[in-house]
Amino acid sequence: MSILVHAALAPRPLALPFPETLIRAGLSGFPSPAQDYEGRTLDLNERLVKRPSSTFFMAVTGDSMETFGMQDGDILVVDRSLEPRPGQILAALVDGEVIVKRYELIGNRPYLCSGNPRYAPIPLGNCDCQVWGVVRSMIHEYPV
Amino acid sequence: MIGLVDCNNFYASCERAFQPHLNGVPVGVLSNNDGCVIARSNELKALGIEMGTPAFELQHLVRQKRIVLLSSNYELYGDFSARVQSVLEEFAPQVERYSIDEMFVRFDGFDTATLTDHCRTLRWQVERYTGIPVSIGVASTRTLSKLANRAAKKIPAYGGVCVLDKDGPATKGLLQRIELGDIWGVGRRLVERLNLMGIRSAWELRNAEPKQIRRRFSVTLERTVLELRGIPCIEMNDFDEPRQRIMTSRSFGKLTGDYGEIHEAIRQHGQRGAEKLRQQGSLARAVLVFLKTNPYRPDLAQYSPSLIVELERPSDDSRAILHAASQALQRIYRPRYAFMKGGVMLLDLIDTDRQQLSLLDKPQNADERARSEKLMATMDELNRKMGRGAVSLGVPTPGAAWHLRCANRSPRWTTRWEEIPKVRAL
Repeated sequence: MSILVHAALAPRPLALPFPETLIRAGLSGFPSPAQDYEGRTLDLNERLVKRPSSTFFMAVTGDSMETFGMQDGDILVVDRSLEPRPGQILAALVDGEVIVKRYELIGNRPYLCSGNPRYAPIPLGNCDCQVWGVVRSMIHEYPV
Repeated sequence: MIGLVDCNNFYASCERAFQPHLNGVPVGVLSNNDGCVIARSNELKALGIEMGTPAFELQHLVRQKRIVLLSSNYELYGDFSARVQSVLEEFAPQVERYSIDEMFVRFDGFDTATLTDHCRTLRWQVERYTGIPVSIGVASTRTLSKLANRAAKKIPAYGGVCVLDKDGPATKGLLQRIELGDIWGVGRRLVERLNLMGIRSAWELRNAEPKQIRRRFSVTLERTVLELRGIPCIEMNDFDEPRQRIMTSRSFGKLTGDYGEIHEAIRQHGQRGAEKLRQQGSLARAVLVFLKTNPYRPDLAQYSPSLIVELERPSDDSRAILHAASQALQRIYRPRYAFMKGGVMLLDLIDTDRQQLSLLDKPQNADERARSEKLMATMDELNRKMGRGAVSLGVPTPGAAWHLRCANRSPRWTTRWEEIPKVRAL
């Protein structure tokens, strides 16, 4: 019991060696106060990749990405586990190729729309037009 | 209940994930060095092309664009395999990897009806998340779940999911139609001996007397009989014991007679073999080295020697193994032959914990062993952290003959930043 009280009353947050923290927490059954300070860094993976097993990275190229706010070489974080909703940017299978389009409803019917007026909207759900994944975020690196 | 999840035509499915134009096209994946077919899509199977067909025999079909042959891309397959496993882990607490494309999953506390629905959802989810189609077979034992998986894949009515009741009529019907050779752990020679006893189908084996089977064959086959009856008694590792030998070999990228190049290849194989040895916690007693000329070139002189060198004492030290391999090579190598292939096999393995001290052991040998253990552990650790080949004994020459030929490998889309897929915004 005295170990328990001691550990709780005298926290030495950053100086406390890691193994000791674990042992005390294990013995007492209470979380160590030092635990709050362990491993506190910001992890971009945690922020951008919600489900690693279904997340894929792709590099964007093409002539109408400006409308989508993309630039050549930007990296798309594509999540296959998401249910697509209108307004979202998708990676889609069109004619045997994976391309980037925006998912929109036109008169209650689903379409894949282009950022470039030269390309007509494609009705979604044909056999040669399927959703591959939902673009969750985009990474742009500036030259430094 | 235990399920076996098997990825359909796994290598071909991985290749198709980012190349949808390959859907519906006969696709084959080639072995190391583009030697022969090691994986086939259904369309390629339908053309009657067998596993192991040499790539050169299929070149005319490639030129006519009737089939696509790809070099193997193990980095890609390894990544997709890990993805499939992690989706399965969301559904079931216990997932055991059996091979790169097969995983055993425990489903405890489901009744058959809900289990079928659960597996359908699971199957759909794996394909949606990873792009890899799978088949699922579930039964009360591993042996039966293997058979259920086969049925799920081959019989369209199951739609990729087959759940077998312990003594249901479906189980009986299935076992009656299954040949002995298709049962897990039953090899060809066993089939012949069983046939002599009048046992021909899985159902007949199921109804055999277990004690008699044990007396005439082995405990392992007795367990198979019990498993066919729905009594679990085979653990995954029963068929997956640490290997008794380790083989590392590979065709050279070209025919070569150069001692330096061959020596380097043999050292690489020896080193890789020693790493595997340490991984499975074994020591080797002997090292076999072999060379092969090309038997399909009758115009060239043929010479395919091999030699075993015994180690002073059982060892997993790369240096001892490389030394032995070099000795063997020196003795079998002859100039003026064009060699096609070479390899190293580590033989007569024993467990590291069970090693017996050799008669020649002196106290300083113990020190030496401790030093060697430390050095090898450091080497393995560095190679694991910084990528294979970060630390090796002697540096390989880039472009040497033994380097892999992989003329038609797709990009490593999911494991290299420089190779991530490009998508057009349209």
